[in-house]
Amino acid sequence: MSLITSTIGQGLLWGVLALGLFLTFRILNFPDMTVEGTFPFGAAICVSALVHGVDPMLATILAFLGGMLTGLVTGLLYTKGKIPVLLAGILTMTGVYSINLLILGKANVGLLNKATLLNGKLLQKLPANFPTIVIVLLAAILIILLLALFLNTDLGQNFIATGDNENMARSLGINTDNMKILGLMISNGLIGLAGGLLAQNGGYADVNMGIGTMVIGLAAIIIGEVAYGDLSLTARLIAVVIGSIIYRLILLLVLQLGFSTNDFKLISAIILAICMMLPLFEKKFHTRKLLKKE
Amino acid sequence: MNTILDLQNISTTVNAGTNEEKKILKNINLKLEDGDFVTLLGTNGAGKSTLLNIINGSLFPTTGKIFLKKRNLTNDSEVKRAKYIAQVFQDPKMGTAPRMTVAENLLLATKRGHHRGLHLRGLDKHLDDFKKETSQLPNGLNERLNTFVGNLSGGQRQTLSFLMATIKRPDLLLLDEHTAALDPNTSRELLELTDKVVREEHLTCIMITHQLKDAIKYGNRTIILNSGEIVLDVKGKDKKKLTEEDILQYFAD
Repeated sequence: MSLITSTIGQGLLWGVLALGLFLTFRILNFPDMTVEGTFPFGAAICVSALVHGVDPMLATILAFLGGMLTGLVTGLLYTKGKIPVLLAGILTMTGVYSINLLILGKANVGLLNKATLLNGKLLQKLPANFPTIVIVLLAAILIILLLALFLNTDLGQNFIATGDNENMARSLGINTDNMKILGLMISNGLIGLAGGLLAQNGGYADVNMGIGTMVIGLAAIIIGEVAYGDLSLTARLIAVVIGSIIYRLILLLVLQLGFSTNDFKLISAIILAICMMLPLFEKKFHTRKLLKKE
Repeated sequence: MNTILDLQNISTTVNAGTNEEKKILKNINLKLEDGDFVTLLGTNGAGKSTLLNIINGSLFPTTGKIFLKKRNLTNDSEVKRAKYIAQVFQDPKMGTAPRMTVAENLLLATKRGHHRGLHLRGLDKHLDDFKKETSQLPNGLNERLNTFVGNLSGGQRQTLSFLMATIKRPDLLLLDEHTAALDPNTSRELLELTDKVVREEHLTCIMITHQLKDAIKYGNRTIILNSGEIVLDVKGKDKKKLTEEDILQYFAD
């Protein structure tokens, strides 16, 4: 039981990261490699702040702001510096690695039972793993509400149009450079936040914790899409978080089959590859039809 | 007559200073009056599209100045000029956003060139208007307001592009072979619609075409470009007398 609740908690935490990734990968329509630097950056900022006695709420917000900063750097390199977006993200990610080491002072820093957002006094009364589920669920709901609201404003529509057809957007007077920068900032802000929350949940920050985060985020997005098909934009946001939880449950299952945590990255990559090829299989074997008949 | 567009000594040179140096436009001077509907002709490489790109701001001229209603737009970006200039591209895919609905596309177009902030978009308020606007168009767009544009046919997408360009009255409308990718019937329908809207709304418009018949039939003025220079510019009665044979003379080297 506790295995499942902890998995759901993990799924929600990674769901926050996947929501951030959704903004670039699905709406702006490009892969943003900054993720793998932003995620440990958020964790490093949060842990470092907590160790220095900063209020947990403030430390979490700092992780969000730090994420926005890396998004801004990638955005500027991409739009103003005319560096291809994939490379711009890799440059930022690589550079941030050193900054993370600078912030943490060493490769791995533990929280040593400091108070965090996830272990407040009131929350202690809940059964194990539930504090994380409650807090992160609230955070995820709030984020989805705010994102849905934003995407339905004029500015949000400009943002969507930029990702959908940049030429058209510009010809309608939309400053597409600004929209890309804004998107990268909100996206990486959420990813930094996810880093901060995961560090508080796990009790440490590690400079190498960013490796493979891109794949985990994409897996959540794509599993959500495979499971739910065509949806409205708001429902797709919810599907992303549910996809993240499903992905964690799949990993749990695989782990039960006797694989070790050392195999996680390989398994993650295989799961994502299979999910991305599913539409292909569907066409070939009409699996969706078969499933529906049953 | 009011001058809408005023191009002064526009030249563009690519690869300047190298062996590949080429002058695309050579010292173009052109004034469009209020309500001018120009059909722009020329062989491939004559500089038609370059001229349109110079006007819409996606290219900047090497020399020369651009005025629109006496405002100097020479150094303004494409994004800034969108407030005054609307365009329809040749490729139906270029003028519309495929993963947004017809109504969402139209809503974006009603705000062309306006500041757009964190206000709710208010799509519902516009739906009746959009229904009315689209019901006058061919190919049943009014029934498909909530369809994703990616699911429309090329003809429907291009009709939508045209409506998007004109739904908020532009000072200048640029059409870059906007019916070239369509089948003959759909192409004719859209040209008729173009002619009707340009005349009824008294729009100032430049339409690039490769169809000599269309160039003669539509508009009140015809301009022919050859090797980056204006070799013919006729208006009114003179334009009405223009024949295909006349035009072909100007296409020669």
